[in-house]
Amino acid sequence: MAVEAAATPPDEAGRGEMWSRVSAALWRRPWARATILLTPPLAWFVLVYLAALVLLLITAFWRINQFTTNIERVWNLGNFTTIFGSSAYRGIILHTVEMAAAVTLADAIVAFPFAYYMARVASHRTRTILFVAILLPLWASYLAKVYAWLLIFTHDGILNWTLGKAGAGSLNLIYTNWAVFTVFCYIWLPFMIIPVYAALERIPASQIEASQDLGARTWRTTRLVMLPLALPGIVAGSIFTFSLTLGDYITPLLIGGTSSNFMGNIIYSNIGTANNIPFAAAMALIPIAIMAVYLLGARALGAFEAI
Amino acid sequence: MAAASLIAAGCGSSGGSGGGTSGTGTPTAGLPVLHKIGKGEGQLNLIAWEGYLNPLWVKPFEQQTGCQINAKYAGSSDEMVALMKNGGGGVYDMVSSSGDADLRILYGGDAHPVNINLIPSWKDFFPAFKSPPFNTINGVHYGVSLQWGPNVLMYNKKSFPTTPTSWSVIYNPKYKGQVTVPDNPIQIADAALYLKTHNPSLKITDPYELTPKQFQASVSLLAKQRPLIKKYWALASQEISEFKNGDATVGAGWPYQVSALRGIKFPVGSVIPSEGATGWADTWMLAAKAPHPNCAYMWMRYVSTPKVQAEQAVNYGETPDNKLACPIMNQLQKGSCEQYHANAPLSYFDTIALWKTPLATCDNGKPGCVPYAQWVAAWNTQVK
Repeated sequence: MAVEAAATPPDEAGRGEMWSRVSAALWRRPWARATILLTPPLAWFVLVYLAALVLLLITAFWRINQFTTNIERVWNLGNFTTIFGSSAYRGIILHTVEMAAAVTLADAIVAFPFAYYMARVASHRTRTILFVAILLPLWASYLAKVYAWLLIFTHDGILNWTLGKAGAGSLNLIYTNWAVFTVFCYIWLPFMIIPVYAALERIPASQIEASQDLGARTWRTTRLVMLPLALPGIVAGSIFTFSLTLGDYITPLLIGGTSSNFMGNIIYSNIGTANNIPFAAAMALIPIAIMAVYLLGARALGAFEAI
Repeated sequence: MAAASLIAAGCGSSGGSGGGTSGTGTPTAGLPVLHKIGKGEGQLNLIAWEGYLNPLWVKPFEQQTGCQINAKYAGSSDEMVALMKNGGGGVYDMVSSSGDADLRILYGGDAHPVNINLIPSWKDFFPAFKSPPFNTINGVHYGVSLQWGPNVLMYNKKSFPTTPTSWSVIYNPKYKGQVTVPDNPIQIADAALYLKTHNPSLKITDPYELTPKQFQASVSLLAKQRPLIKKYWALASQEISEFKNGDATVGAGWPYQVSALRGIKFPVGSVIPSEGATGWADTWMLAAKAPHPNCAYMWMRYVSTPKVQAEQAVNYGETPDNKLACPIMNQLQKGSCEQYHANAPLSYFDTIALWKTPLATCDNGKPGCVPYAQWVAAWNTQVK
C-alpha cells in the first residue's frame, strides 16, 4: 500500500506536465485548436448529411430491373432524360415551383403588415399575445392542422354550412389546388412572420423620423425606407416558405384533387408505389438544385444576416 | 376442378413462362423445405394489409402457440415488394401480398418454398386457390392462399335510386366532380376491363396483358375520366370520408369501405357491374430469410382453418379460400356467406379478373406486353 501511495504523485505530476505541454502547444497553434474542436461535429455532418446526399446523387444514375424492381448498378442518365424529356414531368416541376412562389408571395403580403404591427405598433403585452398566437399552431401536429382544413373545406363542411346560412350558395374547394394553396399559406405563415418581424424591429426609429422630417408621408416612408430594410427578412422567410412548399407531399395527398401531383408526390409514389428508387433520387435532386440557386440569390440579397 | 382448369386457361402460363428475365424457375426454388413443424421461436414478424391482423384471431393464435406477432402494415402492393427485398432482410417472416405483387417477390428471389403438406386445411380450399399461378410455380408452393375479393362499384343510394349496371357511370360526364377511384396504377386494368366489353375492336382478352395499343386506349380513357374525378383516393379511409361528406357519390372501392359506411348507417350501395370487376387474391407468402419458420408454418396452418377464414372474411368483407368457412360465416353474421360469395358459384368467380403483375412477356410466352413500370409512369404522367 505504502509503495503504491508513494508511486502515485510522480505519475500524476508527469501527467499534469504533459497536459500543460499539450495546452501550451495548442495555445501556440490556434489552427490545431480549431481542428480538434471542429472535427467531431464536422465528421458527423459529413457522414450523416453529406454522405446521404452523395448516395442519393449516385443512386440517381442507376436504374431498376423493370420486373423485379431490384436496383441494377448500371451507370446511365436514363432517369434524367425521362424527367426532362417528358412534358408531364416538366409540367409537374413548373407547377410545383409556381405553387411555392405563389405561397411565398401570399405569405409575404400577409406577414408584412402583421409583423409591422407587432414590431412597431403593438404594446408589449399585445406583442406577447401575438407571439403566442403565431407560435401555438407550430406546436400542433401537422396532420391535425391539415385535417382541420379538410373539415372546413369539405362539401358538407363548416365553410359551406356558413355560406349556406348566409344564402351565398356553396363553394367547391376541397380537393382543388386552391385548397392546397390555402393550407400551405396557413401552415408556413409563422416561418415568414418571424424573420420579417426581426428585420422590422431592427430598423432604428431615427431613420423613420429622418424620413418624415424630410417630408415623406407614411406610404413613401414604408416604400422607400421600411421595405428595403425589411427585404432581407422577407427573403429569409421566403427561404422557408419556398423550400417547405417545394418538398411537401402530404398536403397535396390529403387535400389536393386531380391536378395535385407535385414533385414530392412523384418522389413519394416512386419510392412507395413503384419502388423505383433511382428515379425518385433523380427527382429529389431537382428541388435540391432549385434551392441551391435560390439560396445563392438570397445570399446576394443579404438574407443570411437577417436569420 | 373445373375452376382450376379455367384459371389455368385464363392466366396459368404467366408463372411458367417467367418474366423473360428469370427463365422457368425462381432463384429460390431449390431451397430445402421444412418437413416437420418444430418448436415455435416465440416471435413472428408479419407484413400485412391493415385489418388482416385483427386481435380477434391474432390473440388466440398467440395463446395457443406462444408465437408473439409483430405487425408491419403496408399501404400498397409495391410497399410489400419493397419490404420483402433481400428475402425480408432476415427481419420479416411473411407477407400477405396480392397477386400483383407475388410474381415480383417470387422472381426477385425473396420468397421461400413451402411444404404444403404441413397445412392440413389446404385440402379444403376451392380448387382455384390450391396452386394458383401467382404463388405456385412448377408445382413449388411459396405460401398459402388466404382470401380474395372484388373491387366493386360503390354509389350513394340517394344519388342513384336505381342500381347502376355498368362501370360507364364512372366515365360519364354527367357525374363530373363526383367520381372517386383508387390512386393506383393497377386502375389501368379497370379501364381495360371496361374497354374489353365496350370496344371489342381492341381485342382485349386479359386486362393485365395489354399490347401498347390496348394499353394506350386504356390510359386515354382514364385521361378523359380525369376531369370527372373528385379525388384519386390513396387510403380506404379517404374514400369513406369522401362518401360521408358528400364529396363523392360514385366510385371504385373495396367491400371494406362499403361495410364501414354501412356500419355508420350511410346509404351506400355496391355492385359488380355487367362488365365484371377486377379483384385481388392474397397469399401469406414465406420470406426467403424468415427468421422464425416454425411460427410461420403454425400461422399458415392457423389462418387456413375454416374458423379463422370465416372471421377474417366477415370482418374484412372478402371471400374465404376455404370452402368449409361458409356455415361458420353465417353463424357469425347471418347471410354473410352469400353476401361475400363464400359459396362461390363458378359464374361469380369468372366475373372477377384477379390482380396480377403486368409483365413484358405475354401469356402466350411472346414479348410485346406493357410491363408494370410503364403502368406507373403512365399513371403519373398521363392520367393524374
